[in-house]
Amino acid sequence: MKTLIIIFSVILMTSYTHASQIEVCNTCPISTLKEAIAQAKDFDTVFVKKGTYKEYDILVNKPLTIIGENYPVIDGELKGEVITITSDNVTIDGLFIINVGTSYTEDYAAIRVKKSKHFVIQNVVLEKLFFGIYLEKSSYGKVYHNKIIGDAVEEYNSGNGIQLWYSNHIEIEHNYVEHVRDGIYLEFSDDCIIKNNISAENLRYGLHFMFSNDDIYQDNTFENNGAGVAVMFSKKIKMLNNTFKENWGTASYGMLLKEINDAEIIGNTFEENTIGINIEGSNRMVYKNNNFINNGWAIKVRGACYTNLFIENNFLYNSFDISYNSKVNDNVFDRNYWSNYTGYDLDKDGVGDVPYRPVKLFSYIVNRTPETIILLRSLFIDIIDFSEKVSPVFTPDNLLDNNPLIKKVQW
Amino acid sequence: MLKILKYSFFDLMRSRWSYVYFAFYLLLGIVLLFLNNDLSKAVITLMNVIIVLVPLIGTIFGVMYYYNSKEFTELLLAQPLKRSSIFLGQYLGVALSLSMSLILGLGIPFVFYGLFKSTAIWDFSLLLITGTFLTLIFTALAFNIALSNENKIKGFGYAILLWLFLAIIYDGIFLMTLILFEDYPLDKLSLVGTMLNPIDLSRTLILLKLDISALLGYTGAVFKQFFGTNFGLIVSFIMLTVWVILPVLRIVFKSMKKDF
Repeated sequence: MKTLIIIFSVILMTSYTHASQIEVCNTCPISTLKEAIAQAKDFDTVFVKKGTYKEYDILVNKPLTIIGENYPVIDGELKGEVITITSDNVTIDGLFIINVGTSYTEDYAAIRVKKSKHFVIQNVVLEKLFFGIYLEKSSYGKVYHNKIIGDAVEEYNSGNGIQLWYSNHIEIEHNYVEHVRDGIYLEFSDDCIIKNNISAENLRYGLHFMFSNDDIYQDNTFENNGAGVAVMFSKKIKMLNNTFKENWGTASYGMLLKEINDAEIIGNTFEENTIGINIEGSNRMVYKNNNFINNGWAIKVRGACYTNLFIENNFLYNSFDISYNSKVNDNVFDRNYWSNYTGYDLDKDGVGDVPYRPVKLFSYIVNRTPETIILLRSLFIDIIDFSEKVSPVFTPDNLLDNNPLIKKVQW
Repeated sequence: MLKILKYSFFDLMRSRWSYVYFAFYLLLGIVLLFLNNDLSKAVITLMNVIIVLVPLIGTIFGVMYYYNSKEFTELLLAQPLKRSSIFLGQYLGVALSLSMSLILGLGIPFVFYGLFKSTAIWDFSLLLITGTFLTLIFTALAFNIALSNENKIKGFGYAILLWLFLAIIYDGIFLMTLILFEDYPLDKLSLVGTMLNPIDLSRTLILLKLDISALLGYTGAVFKQFFGTNFGLIVSFIMLTVWVILPVLRIVFKSMKKDF
């Protein structure tokens, strides 16, 4: 009985301390975040009032909830990392962090999470940063509704917006990232969900995947990034309903796929990119219900791509629909809508009676001699394209869409 | 000159061919819009048509008009009139009436289709401007051919050959050159090659609007400067103007010396 009472009272005590709050403001007894963290007990809540706090190397080593009211400014004064989290169950909410230090030996971040679980980082605004949110060997966390605005100019001395390294089961949602090196970067990170983010105007990639498997990204927008989105060396990724827009340049892709296997690419929109999707060494993929609108090349297949399935996509007004650099084809194109299709449908079943050849001779020529692009849409090119269409010599002759649709695919 | 321009212009306005030409474009515009339901795609198709057809009609019409009105020209030459004003007047009369058929014929269906509310308006006006330039250039070239050849059949032959060369053969040779010399840096050569052919030049001008994303796919500093900025647009327009001025100067020059 006695022990029971003791246990009971201990539980009561802890639940009491759990509810305790600490306030930080410029005129309060506790005027720095560091001091507040030092005084706080586990599971306390630290309220940071509006004001400017010139602090860096803030170590959060106990499970705390840090909430900023009206976006207090934490100014790192370019001296180093601002917040480092090493404990589980930490929540950071509503801070405005600026002036993260730049280093060539260490990756200083505005918020770094180290080997922790169940963290939440939300409503944070980051400006003038090196790395933004850096998750390192952490899992089961949430990065939600943050705004990261960098001022990166050169790739070599800038960092990434949200970086995951050996971090699994992370949810990244509703973030806005611009003007950093890579908007969102995943390395060795599995089972993550990346949803409803906007990544724009970044120097290199809007989203960058390396060695990360079983991830889902959906409903994101990647716009006007230096090189679009790169997905490399990963397995079983799902890419759903994303928008890839206006990634222009010689090495710029809506999406760059390299060594990707068993992925699903469904319902995405690729609009006005130099290259919609660039595929290299990717096998057993499903491309379904995607829109390719006004791209230079909708899909550029570089080689070593086998048993991919392209079904029910819309190819609308691209300069080139598909480009191949070899005569071998092991991929299936079926039931797509091609705006360049000139066949007819006499039996009115909605499927064209003549197969469509998406690879033109001219795209083969441009692959060989890129300068010839200047002859695009010339009458002479139309004539040679036509003759190639009638009897293919240079392009893979089994690369056909046998059931080209007459009307746009709706889903 | 203005008086002669007026005579030629009204003479052509009364002629059947202007109406046929006008009706053709009107029909083309209506059919395209009817079939496509999409302004920007219709603009692409129109580009293909304009780039091939406008030069053809310009050349044939120019040569035809010159030979047909030869007697009238000889009558005018007997009057105290400057030779340059006679020929320039006739040239402008033909070129302007052709341009007008083009602009009205294509403009009317597009305006009715809601061009002013559409984003394609700039592409479309660029199309009309290049069409007009091509008319001016190829009518002038046709007058040159006609002035240099008394023989009608020869004149027509040369005119068709000129069109065939600039519209198709030139691009073939151009392509072969580029492929043959692919080991060398070719971006300057390809731009110069484009400048030397008014049809290619107008095509590039329209590509700048329609296929810019594909054109930027090529790694070349000169290309990038040309296509990535307004530089390309400005240079193309200057070159088109040069292409109008040179043949017109030759008309003036040739007509001064020619015996009738």
